[in-house]
Amino acid sequence: MFLRRTLPLLVSAIFGIALILQFFVPHPASKSFYNLMLDWLIIVSAFTYLIAVQSTVELHFTKIKRKVEGWQYSIIVLVSLFVTALLGVFGGAFMPTTLWMKIFPSVKPTDTTPLMYTYLYMQMPMQSTIFSLLAFYMASAAFRSFRARSFDATLLLVTAGIVTLGRVPLGEFIYKGLPDVVEWILKYPNMAAQRGILIGVQLGIIATSIKIILGIERKYLGGGK
Amino acid sequence: MAIATNFWIWIAALLTLAIYSFLYKDNPFYKFAEYLLVGISIGYGISVYWHNTIITKVYNPLVYDKNFLVLIPLLLGLLMFSRFFKNVSYLSRIPIAFVVGAGTGLSVPSSFEFLFKQVYATMPLKLDFGSLIIVVGVISTLVYFFFSLEHKGFVGRVSRVGITFIMVAFGAAFGYTIMARVSLFIGRIQFLLSDWLGIIK
Repeated sequence: MFLRRTLPLLVSAIFGIALILQFFVPHPASKSFYNLMLDWLIIVSAFTYLIAVQSTVELHFTKIKRKVEGWQYSIIVLVSLFVTALLGVFGGAFMPTTLWMKIFPSVKPTDTTPLMYTYLYMQMPMQSTIFSLLAFYMASAAFRSFRARSFDATLLLVTAGIVTLGRVPLGEFIYKGLPDVVEWILKYPNMAAQRGILIGVQLGIIATSIKIILGIERKYLGGGK
Repeated sequence: MAIATNFWIWIAALLTLAIYSFLYKDNPFYKFAEYLLVGISIGYGISVYWHNTIITKVYNPLVYDKNFLVLIPLLLGLLMFSRFFKNVSYLSRIPIAFVVGAGTGLSVPSSFEFLFKQVYATMPLKLDFGSLIIVVGVISTLVYFFFSLEHKGFVGRVSRVGITFIMVAFGAAFGYTIMARVSLFIGRIQFLLSDWLGIIK
């Protein structure tokens, strides 16, 4: 019972309280403790990423094994995953590794790594293209859902229209003062609501954090004994 | 007009077209690009974690600086894998508790700092229409999200004002998101017509 429930609760309470306290101690030791904890958090988080990778790999392996519809695409995921990871690990992330330069003597330390090629010419173009696709779908979704049926819907529709038009030359062509109207909307009513929402979110974060530290909120430990 | 001769530009252009083919309908080209993106993104993440975390924060301090303190987070990280062994799977709760505990410990002071900054920024320095809008907007938005009181009578009227402000903010956010997506679309078309096909300069 101690290892299963009490120890995890103690660990989160101790580190949570220690990191809150260090914020109020203006001493170099407190600062170095903060940096140490930050490093530890980054290291442990890296392993959580590995768990996620394992889960994805297992999912696609199962799809291939069971010949689920579209299983051929799972091969693409696994091959691209392993090739990119191998290129990155052995070739370097942002600058070539010594091993890579030994294998390919013509490679200089300032050269672009193979991983960066895949990032710049495969990952980034595909990502931005997928996001740009949303421009079409948002337009069609807006057409279907933004019917001015109530005062609130009309307000949302009008504001979206003004902000969209006010940010392009066409808006200024229609009405010269439109960019100023957009500026005013963003600076006052938009800012007020955003601030209200943000204050609410921060209060929520603080309340949940305190509940976790005190052991009231313990869903992160999962079910079971 | 000079079509690109660079192999990588061709790769980027063909992948861009494969994804845009979804505008017609879901097809194998789109699916290929989609799954490829998933694999590459995960592989990229592994590489970055390997170099920025495992090598920089674990291997180098341990081997070169003889800093054995990094063994603690390393051990905590390895405990994550205990979840694959049924009889000791509960041990994976310890690193999760560390991440959650340290994460909350870090977030509480920064949240308070942020909260006070937002409240301070809401306080009007001079009495004008803009400041009035901000104060009324912030308070009414907060009242709208305050569910401990029934939204009736005066509270109901204030929360009604809050909804109005929220709708304006959502409209602005929507307009802004559309513009961001359209900018991305323009960027991709520029890439295809300029970098790949060389039609425009």
